[in-house]
Amino acid sequence: MELMEKAGKIHEELLKSFEAKIERGDAIEPRDKMPDAYRKHLIRQMSQHAHSEVIGMQPEGNWITRAPSLRAKQILLAKIQDEGGHGLYLYSAAETLGISRAEMIEQLHSGKAKYSNIFNYPSLTWADIGAIGWLVDGAAIVNQVSLQRTSYGPYSRAMVRICKEESFHQRQGYEIMAKMMKGTKDQQEMAQDAMNRWWWPSLMMFGPHDSESPHTGDAVKWKIKRHSNDELRQKFIDKTVQQAEVIGLTIPDKDLKWNESRGCYDHGPINWDEFYRVIGGHGQCNKQRMAHHIKVHNEGAWVREAAEAYRLKKEKQLLHS
Amino acid sequence: MTQQQALYKYCLRLGDDALIQSYRLSEWCSNAPILEEDLALTNFALDMTGRAQALLGYAGQIDGQGKTDDDLAYKRGERQFYNHLIMELPNGNFATTIARLLFTSTFEFYFYSDLMNSADATLAAIAAKTVKEVKYHMAHATDWTCRLGDGTQESHRHMQSGIDHHWMYTGELFETDEVDAILQDRNIAVDMASIQQRWHQSITQVLKEATLKIPAGEHMQSGSQQGIHTEYLGHILTEMQYLQRAYPEAIW
Ligand SMILES: [Fe+2]
Ligand SMILES: [Fe+2]
Ligand SMILES: [Fe+2]
Repeated sequence: MELMEKAGKIHEELLKSFEAKIERGDAIEPRDKMPDAYRKHLIRQMSQHAHSEVIGMQPEGNWITRAPSLRAKQILLAKIQDEGGHGLYLYSAAETLGISRAEMIEQLHSGKAKYSNIFNYPSLTWADIGAIGWLVDGAAIVNQVSLQRTSYGPYSRAMVRICKEESFHQRQGYEIMAKMMKGTKDQQEMAQDAMNRWWWPSLMMFGPHDSESPHTGDAVKWKIKRHSNDELRQKFIDKTVQQAEVIGLTIPDKDLKWNESRGCYDHGPINWDEFYRVIGGHGQCNKQRMAHHIKVHNEGAWVREAAEAYRLKKEKQLLHS
Repeated sequence: MTQQQALYKYCLRLGDDALIQSYRLSEWCSNAPILEEDLALTNFALDMTGRAQALLGYAGQIDGQGKTDDDLAYKRGERQFYNHLIMELPNGNFATTIARLLFTSTFEFYFYSDLMNSADATLAAIAAKTVKEVKYHMAHATDWTCRLGDGTQESHRHMQSGIDHHWMYTGELFETDEVDAILQDRNIAVDMASIQQRWHQSITQVLKEATLKIPAGEHMQSGSQQGIHTEYLGHILTEMQYLQRAYPEAIW
């Protein structure tokens, strides 16, 4: 009994010192004591973020072999590599919390871990590559800039590094759209069509309205999340509407209008039925993305085994020499 | 054949090698056995696309008809491509791709090392940049050849079959014709016989270390110098050139 009381007290004190740190705005580092729920929340969020970077390579990779110029191909190849690099970087950051990359991938395959819903939409034309860079990376940046000040040190540092590259992606995507809008009628139609299909899913990337969001409570208290879904969504809309106007693209929202008194844009209702349907596994590409990742992972097993066998063999040889 | 015509064709050959091999490697995006390899193979594809751009751009200049790098990449047909057949073969599994990369990157390493001394300043400059890149491709392919060759029984089997599969396409890498003769006279092109010797030596050594066998005296495939390809190239061009062909007026 005495022992348990003691343990309880220690636990309480650790929790207090953790909360004091958060209060002061200090970063939490891997060796620091942290509540289980904090760790769990971060593992969930960071692995989801890492998986999103990796799964996002699929819809963009879909256009590499069809990129319409050598320059476009280089930009796209480099961008997708950046995303894969973000994935690697985030997997390592998440590993500081005591989970391995293999475990995270297992959780992805079992459906326990998620990835960004946006990649369950198909990339159908070259303009989609522009729209993904401009809108999807554009939305991701808004979220990630906010996460630069997240309380977990490795995550916040990862975000600082990643944000620099993401803003490149956003500009390059915008450049594709701008070029197409200056081009032939076919190109303009292609660009507008991509805009029409990607706009609403991009807004959904920020998640449900604040009033509906189930994860907000602790994440805000622990300063993992620094801005609400609606705040971030608003930021994205306000910067993007002007960019669209400049190149002559129409935002597919008839209710969109400048609100003088709020100093920002009002937007029409988001189709949350669609959001929950896609999250629930019924988007056009949910099955395709997961099946592909699983197939590639399984087919690559013999390569990973060989690399490991070779490593052990060489280690042994070194020991005996 | 004039020197200008020879140089034009020489640049197309090298540019097409880079372009078509980059196409194949870029197909590994989201398909590699480990994320690190996904990034490595597509990064090589990126190097090669840059090389293709430089070489095809230079070819366009030499030709003097106002053709750009993109015109040459996206608007020539099957019979006007001059890449070696080995570049266009399908990727197969990871070991198949590594086997090809071992053969081609070793070839390119010696080739571009010599081309750095070309009397043509543009080619020499492109070669200097390329050597740095292919040195890394070769090291990577060599590492993996050893890992897979000397890894597990299964990986050994895959690696050996990748080597065997590509062997009959390696002879073509060293073929020469009038183009080479004209340019070699002017110290622009490199001596293929010497490259072949070093290539063979290096490959023999790597395969030995990887516990793999060198395939024995087989007939070597040929044809690319006359623009005669495998059935695979047409499909690559169909996909690669789709947007440029479907929207000829468009600028992307
Ligand atoms: Fe991203
Ligand atoms: Fe990213
Ligand atoms: Fe990005």
